[in-house]
Amino acid sequence: MKLLNKWPVYYKKDVVTHYCPGCGHGIVHRIVAELLEEMDLGKRAVCVNPAGCAVLAYKYFDIDMIESAHGRGTAFATGIKRVRPDLFVFTYQGDGDLSAIGTAETIHSANRGEHITVIFINNAVYGMTGGQMAPTTLLGQKTTTTPGGRNPKFDGYPLHITDMIAPLPGVIYAERVAINGPAGIQKTKKAIQTAFQVQVDGLGYSIVEVLSPCPTNWKMTPADSFKWITEVMAKEYVPGVLSDKRGGAA
Amino acid sequence: MSGNHAFGEAAIRAGCRGYFGYPITPQNELGEYMAEHLPQNGGVFVQSESETAAINMVIGAASAGARVMTSSSSPGISLKQEGISFLAGFQLPAVIVNVMRGGPGLGNIAPAQGDYFQATRGGGHGDYRTPVFAPGSVQEVADLTRLAFDVADRYRTPVMILGDGMLGQMKEPVEFPEPLTDLPEKEWALKGRGEGDSHYMASLILDVMEMERHNWELVRKYQAIAKNETLYESYMLDDAEIVAVAYGTTARIAKAAIKRVRKEGVPAGLLRPITLWPFPKEPLQDLARRIEDFVVFEMSTGQMVEDVLLSLEGKGRVAFHGRPGGVVPTPVEFSRILYREYQRQVKSEK
Amino acid sequence: MAKTKCRVVVRSEYCKGCNLCIVYCKKGVLGSSEELNKAGYHYATPDSEKECTGCKLCVLVCPEVAIEVYGE
Repeated sequence: MKLLNKWPVYYKKDVVTHYCPGCGHGIVHRIVAELLEEMDLGKRAVCVNPAGCAVLAYKYFDIDMIESAHGRGTAFATGIKRVRPDLFVFTYQGDGDLSAIGTAETIHSANRGEHITVIFINNAVYGMTGGQMAPTTLLGQKTTTTPGGRNPKFDGYPLHITDMIAPLPGVIYAERVAINGPAGIQKTKKAIQTAFQVQVDGLGYSIVEVLSPCPTNWKMTPADSFKWITEVMAKEYVPGVLSDKRGGAA
Repeated sequence: MSGNHAFGEAAIRAGCRGYFGYPITPQNELGEYMAEHLPQNGGVFVQSESETAAINMVIGAASAGARVMTSSSSPGISLKQEGISFLAGFQLPAVIVNVMRGGPGLGNIAPAQGDYFQATRGGGHGDYRTPVFAPGSVQEVADLTRLAFDVADRYRTPVMILGDGMLGQMKEPVEFPEPLTDLPEKEWALKGRGEGDSHYMASLILDVMEMERHNWELVRKYQAIAKNETLYESYMLDDAEIVAVAYGTTARIAKAAIKRVRKEGVPAGLLRPITLWPFPKEPLQDLARRIEDFVVFEMSTGQMVEDVLLSLEGKGRVAFHGRPGGVVPTPVEFSRILYREYQRQVKSEK
Repeated sequence: MAKTKCRVVVRSEYCKGCNLCIVYCKKGVLGSSEELNKAGYHYATPDSEKECTGCKLCVLVCPEVAIEVYGE
């Protein structure tokens, strides 16, 4: 009998992650580690991880990493990639990090077409700080700062940041996927692989938004979180390729 | 060459390979100079969407081992404070130039020195200090910029240079040292793990004991900087009986005033801090052994004066004369103050 | 020759009892353990009677990379 699922080299084995049971981060982490190995990028990769649940990601990935100030990941990545274009640079950010405090950095790094890849984990809440509303919280969704459910009159509408930047000429590839079951997980890997390849081929900026379960703050079981993504969240944040300008098409 | 241009040229010659900035008067010419000249010297120039973004690009580029610089003016420097605190926590080298202007708030675009506390007390969060240089001439802009890059790398710390609107805009002859070419590789920089181990940079340290150790490690660094890098100028102090204390543009005005009052028999001299942090405490204490009177001149409502008082520990008499808000005092004005303070001393001795 | 059975091994100290693998295993190979691991979770545990086909859906959905599948 031989092992059918090889341990991803760029993922530390003797560490239990701090993520909650059923958290999407763990799944996306494994996907990224597998891709870094399969695409042979680990040796020259630098990941900028966010302030948020994934603030400790450097304990799990076995590649060079730097933890950014909250929201500034794409600015860090711009600095790194500009002075060391030979490095493979990607950010790993949450919805608060990327589309609240980091909105300007997100929009302008995309608009400049920085040769970086952005992995955007959208779990509709602020996880690390205990489940507050995020820019991507759905209408009516209860969070610790929208106890009566998100009300647009006071809390505004779910922000579609990836859709906003997808048409920018600098954005070569933008896709949204969902961690809502085996099929969605495989699509997530495919999407991130495509986005990584955009950077490897020197085409420019790529981003993958990943709808990701947060069972603890959604107050659901992990399995129900998958269902909620499929039945509710994915209706607001529809998965699919938002822009693919690899062939030069719009 | 103007002060702003000199900052740029000196930085390029010091091996600066990354400039990230945002337009703000009165230092726009610095960014413009870098946009034109840095790429030709194998460097990268990025005009960011905000000063906040700029300082965070600096952090990224510094973590990858490049010599990097950003510049702004007072309000913009406020936006960079979190980033500077991160640079200190990461122990990453970078040079941050503040061409100060009138404040607070939007203030104006005239020269001022109201950011002294922010620079010397660490404007961001947490226990950290940044070495702060205060050039008094365009030549010193060139010399101190090179030194700033050297100190930043040697101690792995952000370093600030405080100019002001006048220094940035005015033109003076300046000579530049030869460009540095073969800068040493930075082992600690992020460059992809390659065949070796991965390493990471984080300023988050959840274990409080470890965070404390990290803080004391930084303190040891700051003590070393204070011991080795403190700079100041003594001007006509040998026979002085009254000492002006001023830095940057204000120091030039004070020198002119000193020449004037000496003609009227007032033996005045100047102690000019060149590093605002570490502050030249000992020289002041030495002077206080033989001189009673100190007059602090600032283009602010009085910030460095507190460091003078701290240094003198109650010895001597310290008078203060400041003009905030972008007003540039005149030598005549300073002369009158020096004359008055000296007469007070003469009367009190009778 | 009957396809040789595959085998699932769960690194019990790394499992957090999220049960995703249990939900998605088509053959019902995995169940929740009686005992708790050190962290206090009922960890996933394979039932040797059931026949694992080596499809690795469990590996796919596991957030902790806590499952190893052995086979030909």
